[in-house]
Amino acid sequence: MTDLLEKAREWVGKAATAPTTARDPVNVPMIRRWCEAMGDTNPIYVDDAAARAAGHPGIVAPPAMLEVWTMAPYRPGGRTAEDSMAVLNLFDDAGYTGVVATNTGQSYDRYLVPGDVVTASVTVDSVSEEKRTGLGIGHFVTLVFEFTDAEDKRVGRMTFRVLKFKPNLSQPEADKGKSDDASGGYSHPRPAITHDNAFFWEGINNRKLLFQSTDGRLRHPPSPMDPVSGSLEFDIVESCGRGTIHSFVVMHQPRLPDFDYPLPVVLVELEEGVRIIANLIDADAEDVSIGQAVEVDFIEVEPDYLLPAFRLN
Amino acid sequence: MKTQANTMSDVEVGQKLGELEFPVTASAIVAAALATNDFENVHHDMAAAKATGVPNIFMNILTTNGLVQRYVTDWCGPGGRITAVDIKLGAPNFAGDTMTLSGEVVEASQGQVKIDVKGTNSIGEHVRATVSLELGETS
Repeated sequence: MTDLLEKAREWVGKAATAPTTARDPVNVPMIRRWCEAMGDTNPIYVDDAAARAAGHPGIVAPPAMLEVWTMAPYRPGGRTAEDSMAVLNLFDDAGYTGVVATNTGQSYDRYLVPGDVVTASVTVDSVSEEKRTGLGIGHFVTLVFEFTDAEDKRVGRMTFRVLKFKPNLSQPEADKGKSDDASGGYSHPRPAITHDNAFFWEGINNRKLLFQSTDGRLRHPPSPMDPVSGSLEFDIVESCGRGTIHSFVVMHQPRLPDFDYPLPVVLVELEEGVRIIANLIDADAEDVSIGQAVEVDFIEVEPDYLLPAFRLN
Repeated sequence: MKTQANTMSDVEVGQKLGELEFPVTASAIVAAALATNDFENVHHDMAAAKATGVPNIFMNILTTNGLVQRYVTDWCGPGGRITAVDIKLGAPNFAGDTMTLSGEVVEASQGQVKIDVKGTNSIGEHVRATVSLELGETS
C-alpha cells in the first residue's frame, strides 16, 4: 500500500470533521430559492394549507435539502482549513486536486420543518485503492453523514462518495488550420499523452530523446513499472541519439495522409541499449539495411508538433 | 402541479413516468449550486472547472438529487412522501447540455413505492437513481 493510501485509511471509522451545526434554522426563503432553482412546484414546500392538506404539520422542507442546511459557507478564495476534511486534503497535497461527487444515498426519518436546527456529523467510511477513471487516476472516499435536530434526534442519514483525482494531462491539439483546409487535408496523428509518457513527449518538444531508467536498466516505450524490480520509481536519462538499425520495414500501404511513401520505419538500437521505433527520413527505401548507423533528428511535422525520426549517418 | 395526486390505486409496477427535459444552462447550474449552498468553484467558475481538466462548469450532485426528487413528486403529487434516495452519477451535466429524465415504477406494495429514474444527456447517462416513497392508499 502506498503511504498516501495508508495515511488516508487511518481516517476510516473516525470523524472527518467536528460536527457542523447549521448557521440558520430551516427557513422558507431558502426553501423558496431551492424550489425556484429546481423548478419544483410541489405546494407543500411553500403553502401552509397545502402542506396540512397533505398531512404535514405545516410547510416542510424538500427532503433533498437535508445536507443543504449544514453546507460550508462561501469564502472568497475558497475553503478554509476548518471547512475542509483533512482526509481529502491528503489527496490534494499528493496532486489529486480534482474532486467530483459520484454517489449519494439519503434516507429521511422525517421531513424537516421551518425552525429545525440541523447538525451534521461526518465519519470516514472507506477509501478505495487507486482507480483509473475517465477523469484521471484517483481514489474514491466514502463519507457517512448523520443529521440530527436540536433534540439530538436523528432526522436523516447520508452516504456520500467523492472521487479525488489527478486531472488528466492536457492533450496536444491537432492543427486546426489544416483540417479546415478546403482540400480536405488531414492532420498528422497525435500521441495520447498519459502520466506514464508525458516526460517522453516533453523531451521530444525540447529536442531530447529521454528514457526511463531503474537501477541502470533503460526501458521504452514508457511504462509505470520496472519489469525486473517491480519498482514504480525511475530516473530519466537522455540518449545521445546515435544507434544502429536493428530491423526495419518499408511501408507502402495503407497510405495515411501526411506521410511520404514508400516510408522506411526503423527499429533503432541506441548506443544506450534501448530500442525505439521511428521513421527514417531523407533516405531511399532501397538504401536501408540492418546494421546501418543512424542518428536522431526532431522533425516539426506541424507547427509546434515535433516527432523523432532518424537519418542515415 | 401538472399531475394529479397519485394514490396506490393509480400505481402499478412497470408504469412509466412521463419524460422531463431539463435545459442545463450555465444559469441553471449556478442558480441551483447557490440554492444548495454549494460554493465549489467547478459549479460556477469556468476557469476553475477547466483547471481540473473538464471543458466547462457542471451541475453539482445536490442539484441532481433535487431534480430527481422533483421529477418523482411532479408525478406522485403532494401526497407522496420520499423516504430514501440512492443516486449514482455518470456523465457530468456540463453547461449547454440538456438532461432528459425518465422513470419507471419498480416496486409498489402496501403503500411503499420505488421508482427507478434515469437522466441522460448528450454525453451519456448522467444519473441513475432509485427513489423510495410512501403513498396513501386512497386520496
